[in-house]
Amino acid sequence: MVPVHWTTDFPLAKPPATKLLPVGAGRSYGDVCLLEDGTLIQTLGMDRLLHFDPQTGVLRCEAGLMLAQILDFAVPRGFFLPVTPGTKYVTVGGAIANDIHGKNHHIAGTFGRHVLRFELVRSDGSRFVCSPTENPDWFAATIGGMGLTGLITWAEVRLRPIVSRKINYQGDKFVGIDEFVALSKASTHVEYTVSWIDCVATGKNFARGIFMQGDHSTIPEPRPVSKEPKLMLPVDLPGFLLNKFSIGLFNTLYYNKQLGPRKTGLVDYEPFFYPLDSVLHWNRMYGKNGLLQFQCVIPWEADQTGITQILKAITASGLASFLAVIKVFGDVPSPGMMSFPAPGITLALDFPIRPEVSFDLLDRLARITLDHGGRMYAAKDARMTAEQFQAFYPQWQEFSRYIDPAFDSAFWRRVTTRG
Amino acid sequence: MLGATSAIAEATLRLLAIEGASFFLVARNAQKLAAVRDDLLTRGASSVTAHVMDLDDTVAHPAMLEGAAKTLGTIDLALLAHGVLGEQPDAEASYAAAETILKTNFLSAVSLITWLANYFESTKQGCLAVISSVAGDRGRKSNYVYGASKGGLNVFVDGVRNRIDRAGVHVLTIKPGFVATPMTAHIKPNPLFAQPAQVGRHILKAIEKRKDVAYVPPFWALIMLIIRSIPGRIFKKLNV
Repeated sequence: MVPVHWTTDFPLAKPPATKLLPVGAGRSYGDVCLLEDGTLIQTLGMDRLLHFDPQTGVLRCEAGLMLAQILDFAVPRGFFLPVTPGTKYVTVGGAIANDIHGKNHHIAGTFGRHVLRFELVRSDGSRFVCSPTENPDWFAATIGGMGLTGLITWAEVRLRPIVSRKINYQGDKFVGIDEFVALSKASTHVEYTVSWIDCVATGKNFARGIFMQGDHSTIPEPRPVSKEPKLMLPVDLPGFLLNKFSIGLFNTLYYNKQLGPRKTGLVDYEPFFYPLDSVLHWNRMYGKNGLLQFQCVIPWEADQTGITQILKAITASGLASFLAVIKVFGDVPSPGMMSFPAPGITLALDFPIRPEVSFDLLDRLARITLDHGGRMYAAKDARMTAEQFQAFYPQWQEFSRYIDPAFDSAFWRRVTTRG
Repeated sequence: MLGATSAIAEATLRLLAIEGASFFLVARNAQKLAAVRDDLLTRGASSVTAHVMDLDDTVAHPAMLEGAAKTLGTIDLALLAHGVLGEQPDAEASYAAAETILKTNFLSAVSLITWLANYFESTKQGCLAVISSVAGDRGRKSNYVYGASKGGLNVFVDGVRNRIDRAGVHVLTIKPGFVATPMTAHIKPNPLFAQPAQVGRHILKAIEKRKDVAYVPPFWALIMLIIRSIPGRIFKKLNV
């Protein structure tokens, strides 16, 4: 790992003999930010704010800046991230490289849509400013390009105005995919929508969940900087704590925590967007074996058979997951050549790793996704095969022409080497 | 701010920028200095003047410092943050390598502090804060040349404090332990490492509390107390 602290630190003064891969906060769940026998270019030291225009909301910053740092700067000034994932501990460079999405995808599209320009530095020392009009092909290849096209050193992002930290929240219980779809269709005008879904319950409780929606409050209020998280999991918990009984119990409690069918209120943006960030190192809950993520999108189908089959495969496996999220993606096009989101229903969840069963399950989920014309998300994947990846992203060969010859990743090796 | 592109300096400057401070920044690398300037202006600094120079050039110090005083009107706080870790094996092998470390860390600081002490003494106000190191507390085989440069600096600053404290000037010696910065990027991380942002907060607190000497983070005071207390006949056998 070689840290870069300045935009001028790359190309490295003494280039290593190995392949290179940029890594920001390292929050991707799979191996897009890993490289065996290689050198990771660690960008967290490039965390400067370079310019902010309060008239337009355009922020220019270095690519190692974390979204949490942008919020600390922007919220008191009356601005918010245009798109945010479920954790604020990711860097701007990582947000571009994975073309991340959030609860407002159906309105705002991906993060890349709000990136006006960035600088891309190649290992040969060439530097490009990329935007939809300057070097547009490099712009498209780098957004969602998994860090493979070169090092992003700075970027311009358009923030959105807010007057309050609060979100006007509404939670609605649902049972079954049809009810989930009906709620989604009825709330397309709401900026943020996402649902928690129970992946353990079967029978009459199959596919029950809570549909959560919210808009930024329009009542002006003081907007102090967020406090730093106080809770943390200091050690790995024993892996056996998470099983289908404990998770089934958790899910029942969580589902019934909201007593009535509908709950409304004003909530701070921190618990609304980043519930897990309040416990540092929450991943240790999964024990030392860790967790696997799975996220797919399935295009709209008349009876949603693809999503239903996936949920049935998960509940039947008994491989519990309580952090399961389902959402409707909108049809706002993604600017990246390799961007993940597409119109349809997306499901994201995690599993404790039990090699003998969880790998089989993931392979089954990938096959259902493929059969229904969907695709899986590279940033959350550790298991898809080369055949599957190349079917999900038939443009991969065109993309590979943009990869920096000195760059590589464990993910890219895995999905381009047919075994 | 002398050595404004040092990671500890930057972390401290960011906190002052939020309060709308005006800065005169000095560093060697123009591109890095411009990035620091842009960052501070974006965060809320009232004004930032960037001055590019090599602080080893002691002859140019008085003109630069006079320029700073003129630009700012008054200097309320001077923070010395420049320095090099150097390569201990080189410094053991050749005096020339040792001299480079001593010049940058000690002699150039002596030159700057001489001017600044006289300035603050005559204006009867202000804070002179000098970033030294825990390494200056006791010579160890792993980095005694760097340690000597900082140890010499500690004694010099102690003397300056004794002289100008009575004029109402706050003189602060800052002694950081391991800080995760470009200077220490080659050292294997250990639990004692602190982040620059945390160190910056401790430095501001030490300035506000008008401390004489501040170990940052403060637990280093205890560690160094133990290290200084080890009897010499034992210490000389240790690998520390």
